[in-house]
Amino acid sequence: MTVWIEGFLVVFMITSLWLLGSARLLSCIAAVSVQGVLLAALPLLIGIDAPPWRLFLQAGVSLGLKGIAFPLLLLRAVRSVDARREMEPLVGYSLSLIVGVALLAGSLAAGTRLSLPAQGMPALLVPSAMFTTLTGLFVIVGRRSAIVQALGYLAMENGIAAFGLALAEQEPLLVEMGTLLDAFMAVFVMGITIFHINREFDHIETDRLSSLKDAPE
Amino acid sequence: MILLPVLLPAAAAVIAFFIQAHGARRFLLAATAAAHSLLVAWMWVDPARFLALGDWMAMDGLGRLFLGITSALFLAVSLYAVGFLRRESGSTAADSEEGFLFSNTPEALFTACLLGFLSTMTLVTVSTHFGLMWVAIEATTLVSAPLIHYHRHHRSLEATWKYILLCSVGIAVALLGTYFIAAAVPRGSGGVSSLTFGRLVQRASELDARWLKAGFLLLVVGYGTKMGLAPLHAWLPDAHSEAPALVSALLSGALLNCAFLAILRIVAVLGSAGLGEFSRQTLLVFGLASMAVAAGLIIGQGDYKRMLAYSSVEHMGILAVGIGLGGTGDWGALFHAVNHSLTKAALFLLAGNLLAVYGSKRISDVGGALRRVPVTGVLWIAGFFAILGAPPFGAFSSELAILRAAVSSGSWVVVVLYSLFLAAVFAGMIAVLVRMAQGGRAPGSPARGQAVRAGAGHAAGGAPGFGPAESHGLAVAVLAPAREPVLGLISPIVLLAGTLALGLFVPGFLASSLEQAIRLLGV
Repeated sequence: MTVWIEGFLVVFMITSLWLLGSARLLSCIAAVSVQGVLLAALPLLIGIDAPPWRLFLQAGVSLGLKGIAFPLLLLRAVRSVDARREMEPLVGYSLSLIVGVALLAGSLAAGTRLSLPAQGMPALLVPSAMFTTLTGLFVIVGRRSAIVQALGYLAMENGIAAFGLALAEQEPLLVEMGTLLDAFMAVFVMGITIFHINREFDHIETDRLSSLKDAPE
Repeated sequence: MILLPVLLPAAAAVIAFFIQAHGARRFLLAATAAAHSLLVAWMWVDPARFLALGDWMAMDGLGRLFLGITSALFLAVSLYAVGFLRRESGSTAADSEEGFLFSNTPEALFTACLLGFLSTMTLVTVSTHFGLMWVAIEATTLVSAPLIHYHRHHRSLEATWKYILLCSVGIAVALLGTYFIAAAVPRGSGGVSSLTFGRLVQRASELDARWLKAGFLLLVVGYGTKMGLAPLHAWLPDAHSEAPALVSALLSGALLNCAFLAILRIVAVLGSAGLGEFSRQTLLVFGLASMAVAAGLIIGQGDYKRMLAYSSVEHMGILAVGIGLGGTGDWGALFHAVNHSLTKAALFLLAGNLLAVYGSKRISDVGGALRRVPVTGVLWIAGFFAILGAPPFGAFSSELAILRAAVSSGSWVVVVLYSLFLAAVFAGMIAVLVRMAQGGRAPGSPARGQAVRAGAGHAAGGAPGFGPAESHGLAVAVLAPAREPVLGLISPIVLLAGTLALGLFVPGFLASSLEQAIRLLGV
């Protein structure tokens, strides 16, 4: 069973690398939604002490949002702005992958040393959570396309949710659902803003959103 | 019962979204704000009636203080909003800086978001569970994003995107911090309610110090982004300068406080866990950094709304310094939060009036405000002195209390830096004030065509009253006073009168509320 879970977590980490190395927007969206589906299944696998109906409800909502709703929202955004491919990111794809591997090594080194308060958690859980969070952050700062930045935010959110599984005792259902709802709203609002950005500028590259600055008198 | 102030504006928001008639919707906005204030006033008078909801929501001293500020501010802003919407709604306007045409967000959506903003901020103040509080704070970001994008043009869009992305990332970091705090709780103790404020403070000695410290740092970085502590303040000047004045007033006066409240709660937890020294030192560093950055950017700032925004960064820094010092500093910081909210909201509303008349946010385009818009001009001066902490305004006593805390802490570096930054901001803002209130622009370089025409008209008429002394500021000096809408003046007058009154005496109900809040903060 443990080997199985560790394998599962390895796949979870690979989705982050997939996000880092993809130039096509559709591929990026696919990476993040696969990641969301894996994350939704995670609480069922690692044996959290909670009534089964709760676990299934949580997994169901999480799956519905992260696996289905978010990708659809972002796909709509991609279609409406007619941008299939990210042009010249700030940090190139091969360099991104190298950074990704470095982040992975760092997360493995740091994450396995952390002594968790809970016993019996899979060894790779914290490293994979850390890696996914950092990847998300890296994508937010390293990419220019607003859609990819939104995807980076989602990846970061996924990583933090995985942290939550490892660290928090079962959170109250209301908070869990609130967290998911907020993530949903965030993607929704970001999607609308991306749409406006595209209509206003004819592109969605955020480094060209740079007219606001401190002008001296 | 405690849910009522959260649900009331939320319900009103939904209704406002579907109301077609502008008049009815504006009435609903003001009426909801008034009802909310009444409800909150009732909470202050008779808190026993508002029972806690499990471990999740309760009205404690800290929450009550900030809820009071938020509600009073929203009432003032909603009155201003009625006038603002009457003036701006549904029209296509020409941009004042670049001249292109833009439209505004539909008024129904804008009003709904305003009310939703009130609802979520209220939820922040009443939630005593760290998870729920996180949900509420993230929700405030999301409902306020459309408010910033009210004027639909590229600059406000840029500000909105920065706001959503930076604050969402910041708040995601805060979520991680919340999980770290959860990890500090020993296993099997408390289950569902393990993350409530009361439980954490009560059983603080059992918490794991390492996780608690790490969680605290993440929470300060996360919520500090939202609060605008340097170096995490990047979104703040853009959002405040591009949002309509009333939204900037709410962001600065109410929203930043909500993030501050979250930080205060975690400081209290660390304090009772015996890590008070660590948490307060951290805040002290963030606070001084914010004051330094703000002072640097206020001096020589060319845009008066951005200047007010940096002033907010400065004042958030002052709050952090106050809490960082502890002792009298706690009182100073909490009292300063009240003063800052009232004053800064008034100033942003006045900035909206100036923008409406002068059509420019550039300081160099605004001259002779005392003659052109006499009432706004006088209030603008009063507001500047109030925000700079001049007596007899409230900010004077709160800033002084923090200075006293610094002196009694014996850390002379803090005393010197704190006074230095305050003095720098004072100098920078007074220089601007003199130019905006009195001066005119140099003859021959009027930026606005309007000013030239008016000036030329009068000059041609050979206005007899102007002596040589005044003629050098001619273009500005002879402009006829502009009409000042009453609804745009009442709120700033009331807010400034409030902070003036607080400088003269602290009413009993506020004093006791401050005391209760400080008791929660611990030592």
